[in-house]
Amino acid sequence: MELSKLAEILEASFFNGKDRSDIEIDRAGASDLMSDILAALSERGVLLTGLTTIQAVKTAVISGVTAIVFVRNKKPDPDVVALAEMHGIPLLSTPCSMFVSCGRLFDAGLTGLDGAR
Amino acid sequence: MSSLKKSFNIRSRDFIHAGEASITVQQLLKQMRIDPALIRRIAICGYEGEMNVVMHGGDGLYRVEINSDRIVLEISDQGPGIPDIAKAMEKGFSTASDEHREMGFGAGMGLPNMDKNADEMFIESVPGSRTRVRMLFLCKGTK
Repeated sequence: MELSKLAEILEASFFNGKDRSDIEIDRAGASDLMSDILAALSERGVLLTGLTTIQAVKTAVISGVTAIVFVRNKKPDPDVVALAEMHGIPLLSTPCSMFVSCGRLFDAGLTGLDGAR
Repeated sequence: MSSLKKSFNIRSRDFIHAGEASITVQQLLKQMRIDPALIRRIAICGYEGEMNVVMHGGDGLYRVEINSDRIVLEISDQGPGIPDIAKAMEKGFSTASDEHREMGFGAGMGLPNMDKNADEMFIESVPGSRTRVRMLFLCKGTK
């Protein structure tokens, strides 16, 4: 699905990258442990996390994650948004919890980062 | 292709700049049109290694040597060393602090992730002194 559709499902707002909301997402990984994300395949994947640190963005860059959604309305600092923009990674925030976010995206047909359902 | 060597300093507890060496080399390898899957494995190993130094080590060094048939990545630091390397290689074993865990690290997956993604990995460590992790990536017929 397009990132704009994902944002609609999660009632999420963009911090940056809204102009790239037509990029395709078909996988999702949910974790606050960066090594879990690094251990999984992440192309065309979105990262759901409660961590708004600069390392969350760097982990996304390294692993090839396409976009990051911060759960529970978490908001990153401006320098985190700037780094994400520099690397072309859209950042979003949803009022949904991690659990509800995962449930909605699974229901909408996304797989895990390894392609499993 | 002649050998291309790059090195970057890694500063202990510098969480702001941690990962910059790995991202810089990732971009360099993309420009060189190296296989994306291989780039991803090298980037993961470098990043996990950088974070290990920042969290656990003294100041350190990230070095990469790029050849047409192989890429060698070496992460070294000035201590405090690893007392039990076999234990450190176990998935889930971690000596990370609460501060590291709050940043999303310390799951005990760093060295196992590096071992999984490198074609060969060697660890040398002198407890109380230094650690050197050397990883080899073959450019053809790899994992």
